Amino acid sequence: MTNLLDVENLWVRFPTRNGIFDAVRGVSFSLGKERLGIVGESGSGKSMTGRAILRLIRKPGMVEADRMDLDGVPLLTRTEKEMRSVRGQKISMIMQDPKFSLNPVMRVGKQISEAYRLHNRVSKAEAKAKTLEMLEAVAIRDVERVYEMYPHEVSGGMGQRIMIAMMLIPNPEIMIADEPTSALDVSVQMQVLEIMDKLVVERGMGLIFISHDLNLVSSFCDRVLIMYSGRVVETLKADQLHNAQHPYTRGLLDSLPRLDAPVDRLSVLQRDPEWAKAESVTS
Amino acid sequence: MALAETSPKGRRKSSPFTRFLIKAGKTVMAISVTMLGLLFMTFVIGRVMPVDPVLSIVGERASQEMYDAEFIKLGLDKPIVVQFFYYIRDVVTGNFGISLRTGFPVWNDIVRVFPATMELATIGTILGVLIGVPLGVLAAVKRGTWIDQIARVVALIGYSMPVFWIGLIGLLVLYGMLGWIGGPGRLDVFNEDIIPPVTGMILIDSALARDWFIFKDALSHIILPASLLGYYSLAYISRMTRSFMLEQLSSEYITTARVKGMSERAVIWKHAFGNIKVQLITVIALSYAGLLEGSVLTEIIFSWPGIGSYITTSLLSADMNAVMGGTVVVGLVFVLLNVFAELLYKFFDPRAK
Repeated sequence: MTNLLDVENLWVRFPTRNGIFDAVRGVSFSLGKERLGIVGESGSGKSMTGRAILRLIRKPGMVEADRMDLDGVPLLTRTEKEMRSVRGQKISMIMQDPKFSLNPVMRVGKQISEAYRLHNRVSKAEAKAKTLEMLEAVAIRDVERVYEMYPHEVSGGMGQRIMIAMMLIPNPEIMIADEPTSALDVSVQMQVLEIMDKLVVERGMGLIFISHDLNLVSSFCDRVLIMYSGRVVETLKADQLHNAQHPYTRGLLDSLPRLDAPVDRLSVLQRDPEWAKAESVTS
Repeated sequence: MALAETSPKGRRKSSPFTRFLIKAGKTVMAISVTMLGLLFMTFVIGRVMPVDPVLSIVGERASQEMYDAEFIKLGLDKPIVVQFFYYIRDVVTGNFGISLRTGFPVWNDIVRVFPATMELATIGTILGVLIGVPLGVLAAVKRGTWIDQIARVVALIGYSMPVFWIGLIGLLVLYGMLGWIGGPGRLDVFNEDIIPPVTGMILIDSALARDWFIFKDALSHIILPASLLGYYSLAYISRMTRSFMLEQLSSEYITTARVKGMSERAVIWKHAFGNIKVQLITVIALSYAGLLEGSVLTEIIFSWPGIGSYITTSLLSADMNAVMGGTVVVGLVFVLLNVFAELLYKFFDPRAK
């Protein structure tokens, strides 16, 4: 199987007054037509990894890598204009909270069809037909009405489905989902995930699922990278999560409450500064 | 409540026209209350000022009988509340009294001077918006670069340069030495009173009369004062635009637009700019209202017969009728501009509905 994406030794750096801050430090992984989970606590660099792939790290931030290839073609050497045809069309990203990631003064239908028309030379009517079709695909009823709605008129769950429709409409090869359910009510989280999963599998896309929820990721993905302090500390098959070796992963797992084995006191994660110094694990 | 009893969905069922009437009624009420407050203020000011309104009409050498007759004629013997109602009645019917300084009814004076200010303020605001908004957007997009710094300096100069200095220097150089523009006043003296006033704004009136010679003359006179006012509002508008844009450019939906593969230009103008229109309208309306109140210094430097210099000169000669009338008109304009801005919000922001 050829890889969709190969990343080797990815660094994201931000110059600050006190020297250079490394947000991502030498991350390597490759992605096929599979679901890859990236787990880690806040500030572990998981979101930065996602944005670095799209080259959306804002200046003065810097992205460096020995290799970052999409379908075997380097991403880092492309011009900004070439990157624009990668974004959306080849690699897309769903963000955390639809309340903020949808433009509040633009009708949702227009925002979705705009994503399609950026990469396909079609008439407005064709784009609209495609948009309605896409809205149906994300299980929205009454698509004509939703097409004319503004983001503040839809619920969080529906907003995220609209976001999924918008990011899937140009039919990208890779989807990055950056905590796509963290801002949603628990009751709709699974529903949104199922829709996303179904579409990703149907279209044979690669998915990078960024989350801080270990259980969710392990039930949802094929493979999991565990990140800590900008590095990958461990990489596992999702179903092998209980066999994790690294103390950080073990610590994370132990600090989860379990219904079948209740404890009086949950263990607290003890961080070892040595973890941050160790080399990244390659996967 | 009868409506609610007959049909539980009565509110939703009311026709768009009814809803419009209710909305319009509320707006008129709001304006009326504000204006009542303003009238109360001007009334109090008029009474508190140590100017004897009777004496200023009849003169110091009038007999006691004449004084008393005028006193009663003005209604000053009535209780103060009754006097206030007389005042409201007069204002509503457009009767602001006679200006002691000019000898004309104050209303006629205002009709004459206000268009002059409006012409100046409108062109100034148009210039300020046309240059200030793109400058502000550019400064936000190029934040921290030399372009941003230049925009900052340009705005700072606009804020801090006193108009009486730059205005005089401008007149000296552009009019006195180079002769490129017209001098003080709205027209050259020999062109005055040729065009019959329709709107009172000479540029519009001369264009309506197709007298392009006068039009050109008016333009050459208005260009410098309007540019100075425009520069001042540019300074304000560009700084506000910059900060509004910075706020929007750091939002998530901007990242979304970039993820879609949109060009930076489209991200800025289609997505970010679309979200600052409401705030911009507020700023532009306030800045326009500020200029409409009359930029006294500019009007005096350029001998511009506008409402700012009218009110100021009236105040200096204790012409209270003119001061009160002018204040009421300026206040009304301010309130109406705000209402208009609010109507525009609803047009630009779906959330405001």
